[in-house]
Amino acid sequence: MTVLSVEGLKTHFFTRAGVVRAVDGVDFALERGGIMGLVGESGSGKSVTGFSILGLVDPPGRVAGGKIVFHGEDLAQASEARMQALRGARIAMIFQDPMMTLNPVLRIDTQMMEAIQAHEAVSRTEAWTRARDGLAQVGIPSAEQRLRAYPHQLSGGMRQRVAIAIAFLNNPDLLIADEPTTALDVTIQAQIVHVAQTLCRERGTALIWITHDLAVVAGLADRIAVMYAGRIVEAGATDEIIDRPRHPYTVGLLGSVPSANKRGERLTQIPGMTPNMLALPDGCAFRERCPRATEACTNEPPDAADADAHAVRCFHPHGTEVTA
Amino acid sequence: MSPLIEAKGLSRRFVKRLDLAGKIAARLGADIHEEVVHAVDTVDLSVMPGEVVGLVGESGCGKSTLGRMIAGILPPTEGTVLLDGQDIAKLSGPERRDAALAIQMIFQDPFASLNPRMRVEQIVGEAPLVHGLTDRAGLSDYVDDIMTKVGLDPSMKRRYPHQFSGGQRQRIGIARALAVRPRFLVCDEAIAALDVSIQAQVLNLFMDLREEFNLTYLFISHDLSVVEHIADRIVIMYLGRVVESAPTEALFADPQHPYTQALLAEVPRLDQRNRAFTPISGEIPSPLSPPPGCHFHPRCPHVLDSCKTTAPNLVQRQDGWDIRCHLHPGG
Repeated sequence: MTVLSVEGLKTHFFTRAGVVRAVDGVDFALERGGIMGLVGESGSGKSVTGFSILGLVDPPGRVAGGKIVFHGEDLAQASEARMQALRGARIAMIFQDPMMTLNPVLRIDTQMMEAIQAHEAVSRTEAWTRARDGLAQVGIPSAEQRLRAYPHQLSGGMRQRVAIAIAFLNNPDLLIADEPTTALDVTIQAQIVHVAQTLCRERGTALIWITHDLAVVAGLADRIAVMYAGRIVEAGATDEIIDRPRHPYTVGLLGSVPSANKRGERLTQIPGMTPNMLALPDGCAFRERCPRATEACTNEPPDAADADAHAVRCFHPHGTEVTA
Repeated sequence: MSPLIEAKGLSRRFVKRLDLAGKIAARLGADIHEEVVHAVDTVDLSVMPGEVVGLVGESGCGKSTLGRMIAGILPPTEGTVLLDGQDIAKLSGPERRDAALAIQMIFQDPFASLNPRMRVEQIVGEAPLVHGLTDRAGLSDYVDDIMTKVGLDPSMKRRYPHQFSGGQRQRIGIARALAVRPRFLVCDEAIAALDVSIQAQVLNLFMDLREEFNLTYLFISHDLSVVEHIADRIVIMYLGRVVESAPTEALFADPQHPYTQALLAEVPRLDQRNRAFTPISGEIPSPLSPPPGCHFHPRCPHVLDSCKTTAPNLVQRQDGWDIRCHLHPGG
């Protein structure tokens, strides 16, 4: 069953300096219980894609085109009241910095009970019980005490657990995780990934894990979509993307991950820097950094998928010969 | 061969002094004490010339504090730092200055570590001019040369830091450090704030510069995969103490300390698919009240009774492997 299908999503920011096409034609679909890794560098539009699904894009930005179909309903056309009913109930999001998402002057129990009572008419006692069980499920010891704590009394990993507990309070169908482990240590990162993974499996929640770290999603996701300059340049099953990458950008990204088999050798580096979103080149946005670029790349590259649903947006993907 | 840099018994304690009200309350018998954080607790570390040592640990383990003490930015509470066998704190005059120039530091945040009101040529050129490594007439060429070495276009030297991307700023920070011709660089999470594709560029730059200038690095990072790539030897810290130190390949092949084993198991890798993440439990304890005995015992899967009471010693094995654990002979 398809939970979410995003078709031709365009989110543009109309700034004084010009139009920033942060997301410019993104398509993907997510099944119930599916885990998709959305990978890209800063400025690639991966976070804005997540915000667009939740209707959280602030002016001067707005969703300028495309459909976000969630259980058959187009969220791009939904009213603010409808979005408020969905947010936190059917679709939840966790963010990079839990200190910014938790209210520093409210106790954990207040924040959790509010999230329940905003969507359901339940008594305070029942809301409190559910909040306590929610904390216990994400592995927080002595949950009853923690409920009375303020966010600053918890460590970074604990805060992120609380954020996950809040996200799961209403059993969402879709969870969007925006770099939730970037600010954490490796040991804590593994704990957080473990909690999110377990809860999603138990409840059949679809998960979009937004990250810049391919290594994290390699172990977590079923599918990976790689974004560059507002577009998905390559998408497919995790094994396909990691073992048989076809887009030169994905190949470059994988090559720049340090690993044991290349110890001490130079890493394959992608030349140049992440593009200026106000002045993108014509055609393929990656062509100025691409070793395989030719004249043809000044045109819009085709979006082609093979039999294994491994899609790549490139004139000269790996696995084919470059013809100038 | 004698070590280039040697830290002996280095400790750093941060004390939160009582204010007047606190002092009065303590005098009257209230249970208030000065809070002491043992950020670094008697650490010995030596780095051979040309060696790259990776210093790894979770946040709050004291790795940055140790790096800062070695770089001479932060005075140690106890212990000494030796350069070429000489105690830096005891040097004076030109020798002291040479020692200070020989050790340079590169910081994590390329946005906070550059003065936003200075042009690149001033940032890079100020120190060599003051220290007489170049004169006013030669300064322009000197700066051009350094900028080229770190992969920056010298035509951009009139610009200010905000006009550069994160990766370029980190190159400016590297150029500033290299401008005084150091022999030893302390890199404190130097690539942690950069995008993946830019991380690879800067990591390559570090390796090229090492060959070109015969540099020695102390590479501080929480990211084991980065350290594994660049370091010859790895030192693992936990709550202010060194728990294990070994040559990189040996350590990754066969980690001995339970904490190192856990850390290695947590590193996400490209070749692990659909893994069930099975993390070690717990978090790094507060350094304000570290657990007694071995600091790691509350999280350790192999904990013994002795771990809870007595701290293990750091045993230096013949094969260059140091380990601090009761599970190992002599620990």
